[in-house]
Amino acid sequence: MKQPLTLTINGESRLMLVEPYYSLLDCLRDEAQLTGAKKGCDEGDCGACTVLMDGKPVTSCLILAHSAHDCDITTIEGLATVDGLSPVQKAFVEHGGLQCGFCIPGLIMSATGFLQANPDPTEEDVRFAIGGNLCRCTGYARVVEAVMAAAQEMREGR
Amino acid sequence: MARFDYLEPHSVDEALGMLEKHGTAARLVAGSTDFLVRWRTGFWRPEVVVCMQHVPGLDRIDFNDDDGLSIGAMVTVQDIEQSDTVRARYPALAAGATAFAGVQVRNLATVVGNICNASPAGDTLPALLAHDAQCRIVSSSGERWLPLTEVFVGPGQTALAAGEIMTELRLPTPAPNSGGLYIKHSPRGAMDISAVGVASVVSIGPDGAFSSVRIALGAVAPTPMRAPGAEGRLVGQPPTDQNIAEAARLAAQAARPIADVRSGAEYRREIAQVLTERTLRHAAATAVGGATDFEDIRRLAVQTAW
Repeated sequence: MKQPLTLTINGESRLMLVEPYYSLLDCLRDEAQLTGAKKGCDEGDCGACTVLMDGKPVTSCLILAHSAHDCDITTIEGLATVDGLSPVQKAFVEHGGLQCGFCIPGLIMSATGFLQANPDPTEEDVRFAIGGNLCRCTGYARVVEAVMAAAQEMREGR
Repeated sequence: MARFDYLEPHSVDEALGMLEKHGTAARLVAGSTDFLVRWRTGFWRPEVVVCMQHVPGLDRIDFNDDDGLSIGAMVTVQDIEQSDTVRARYPALAAGATAFAGVQVRNLATVVGNICNASPAGDTLPALLAHDAQCRIVSSSGERWLPLTEVFVGPGQTALAAGEIMTELRLPTPAPNSGGLYIKHSPRGAMDISAVGVASVVSIGPDGAFSSVRIALGAVAPTPMRAPGAEGRLVGQPPTDQNIAEAARLAAQAARPIADVRSGAEYRREIAQVLTERTLRHAAATAVGGATDFEDIRRLAVQTAW
């Protein structure tokens, strides 16, 4: 039976009715109508569903939605502000770090969580940080370039 | 689709009461990274899920020289990977943690959950065996400590009885001049299940010979396993290439691999030998030469097929 669940999503507290077996991803997509996080494999292998939970990248397809009630959830929809795209989003656009785009919300969330904790990474650090995100179109070179560029922009406070 | 109710205890006692009330209809979850995947396939069909995530006090990593390392049941694999104490003193475990899935799964999955899931291929398990982990298991009638070597009884099966909860691990303080490493072999560098994983933890005595050796193999038998024959071959012997090669051969001989989608059986046995040799060499070298930087540990921890 559906049970009430209050989640903080992108800074906003939302009350929803959610089945006990719903993953956080199902809850975000089907109840909160936030379809940025993608359902790629639904078994924690592809990283397309990555969101931030209390600032940390997590595979939302593996999380019992009800267990997340005290957590702060950030999805790709929560990154842009009135001033425009986030530095990571901007860098992905500028560096062409995408092709079909399906994996990109997950990659951007992984990169965002990573850069918040590691503002001055090496390229190797970035590759380890996005190891859990699978891209089947374009490869990772431009993605890594974009994350390195975003790190620099964020350090310079732009 | 088999539905279930979601229960959320706020203490271990409350969780024990829930398990007692619902018996085999209940499934305990920690990070839940295995649960939903297995529920969706119909492999697990509990009527009640008891989620431990909101039980306070289980997320601590503590270390002191007398008691060694204590890992609470809700400590995540990423907590372990990021721990300076683990990186410096339990390098095989640091390697096992960094070889585990990817960041976004490590942020959820717990080390104790990895044990209780009892996959033969669990990436933290060979390292925990090689670091001689002891498990605290509580029930409504009290608590008991069980060596990790006695926890695994079959694929997905542990020695935990119904109504018991594993709440803590203890890893003894390594002897002076100790070294260790875990190496995972898999097709993909992240988010993949090991085809083979091997951990070795050794100590070198004042005479320059091995004073203790623990070798543990993953994904080459129905459970993660120690290789006592190979360990015994090395204790008291100097870490020569020949001794290490001979021990690696014995370890591979003790393996009982199956053939599946990830590897043929003979390939697994061959890789087990290679990884045993590599982990032993690294463990012996770092036991006397000083700890390995984490950047090097993470480079060594996953060795892919191509």
